[in-house]
Amino acid sequence: MKKLINDVDAILGESLAGFARAHGDLVSLSQAPLFVRRRAVTPAGQVALISGGGSGHEPLHAGFVGRGMLHAACPGQVFTSPTPDQMLAAAEAVDSGAGVLFIVKNYEGDVMNFEMAAEMAPCATARVLTNDDVAVENSSYTTGRRGVAGTVVVEKMLGAAAETGMDLATLQALGERVNGATRSMGCALTSCTVPAAGGPTFEIGEAEMEMGVGIHGEPGRRRVALASASAIVEEMMGAILADLGAAKGEDVLLLVNGFGATPLMELYLVYDEAARRVEAAGLTVARSLVGNWCTSLDMAGCSLTVTRLDAETTGLWDAPVHTPALRWGC
Amino acid sequence: MSNTLVLRLIEGMAGTIESHADQLTRLDQAIGDGDHGINMARGFKELAAQKAAIAALPLGEALKKAGMTLVMKVGGASGPLYGTLFIDMGKATPEAAPTLADLSVMLDAGIRGVKARGKAEVGMKTMLDVLCPVADTLRSLVDQNETDGLDERIIAAAGHALHRTTDMVAKRGRASFLGERSKGHLDPGACSSALLIGAVVGVLAPSSAR
Repeated sequence: MKKLINDVDAILGESLAGFARAHGDLVSLSQAPLFVRRRAVTPAGQVALISGGGSGHEPLHAGFVGRGMLHAACPGQVFTSPTPDQMLAAAEAVDSGAGVLFIVKNYEGDVMNFEMAAEMAPCATARVLTNDDVAVENSSYTTGRRGVAGTVVVEKMLGAAAETGMDLATLQALGERVNGATRSMGCALTSCTVPAAGGPTFEIGEAEMEMGVGIHGEPGRRRVALASASAIVEEMMGAILADLGAAKGEDVLLLVNGFGATPLMELYLVYDEAARRVEAAGLTVARSLVGNWCTSLDMAGCSLTVTRLDAETTGLWDAPVHTPALRWGC
Repeated sequence: MSNTLVLRLIEGMAGTIESHADQLTRLDQAIGDGDHGINMARGFKELAAQKAAIAALPLGEALKKAGMTLVMKVGGASGPLYGTLFIDMGKATPEAAPTLADLSVMLDAGIRGVKARGKAEVGMKTMLDVLCPVADTLRSLVDQNETDGLDERIIAAAGHALHRTTDMVAKRGRASFLGERSKGHLDPGACSSALLIGAVVGVLAPSSAR
């Protein structure tokens, strides 16, 4: 393992200290319980958006704390859910009286910890669960689909809506609508290495890839021989569009997300392949985003996300945002 | 239940989890995300650190505080699940010193909480696959008033139940993504439950301690 670290056990605290120092104009950090919040106080009447999850997906979620997006984020240990005390402290810090909306990726640990926080919270709470990954099939016998990079789209659009003064129930319904209009799928070329583990999460040969990989390096659909970018995008976009159910002529947002160790040069190449396939399916790529947004530490590979847009959600995407990781319109 | 007994229960559970943490982590590396022993050890270490304050409370309150400590320190899915088990057992605890029949009712209440929290049932390769057979054994022995050798029969029920998880296909937790590939491995959560039951029985009935 070659990493820029001092002490494996201190990584999270030291990294967040640097994050808070670098972006001190936007966010502040609470060390115990651990959470990141906007420096600005939540205006009266505005619902506060709080997300959180295991660390290792940076910039998700703390990088999206700021105007037009999240009010607070609760980082857990690497790939481990945060605990309810963090969520309660964050809620207390950013609730304006209008309530708190938890944005939770669909993993059992995250779901249960946010559920316990909601039961104990002194303020009104609601929850939006993201489960955009089409790689793992839904089934009543398993946990269901995983929440992956589509969470960024949900956080951006809900953040913009919260700024307009939208109430908690309406925000929750909007979040469910955006999540329902979003599909993702990923592919890994290498494993990630969890610092505390000290070695790769999974073994993968030079000439292999994991199609449908999750954002913790967990298995996807199948292990296959490495293919061209064109063939990889063909399979991922095929699965996404088949599940999305968009009608010809619809506008969509296309997000290409790097997993942490894939250069932008490759991500843009992938974007080109992906956009051509979206358009060949009769859809219009009305908005796009390319970069590393929901990573898996140092894993190589990428995911594609497509969200169906309407006038309202397009406006919410375009609305001003100013966070450490995402900024436009202001 | 006396103050000293609660102290010894906490010490027994914390000691068992600490000495088996590596085993739990190895089991979790095979079919989960490889942190069960680390997370459980962190939580029970905190429980041990607070044992004096917890043991000073009435049993019901002590169970609730122990559960809340686990929720805040264990993390992952195990924190809310073990936390709920203890908290809901605490809510079902009578004010008077509990009888075996009371213990059976308390365990059943804790298990109902775990099922609701994890949206799980028996047979999904989880901690419930040890907790439920143990609760069933306890309930039937209490109902039939057969309390001779109860401790050994509880330990045996936990051991048999644990080994039955090897052939199960996981339907909850990270292991569920593996589907059929989760077969052939003991469930880490079932294993920590069996260890905790062994520790509790070891304190309450030292003659049967393994």
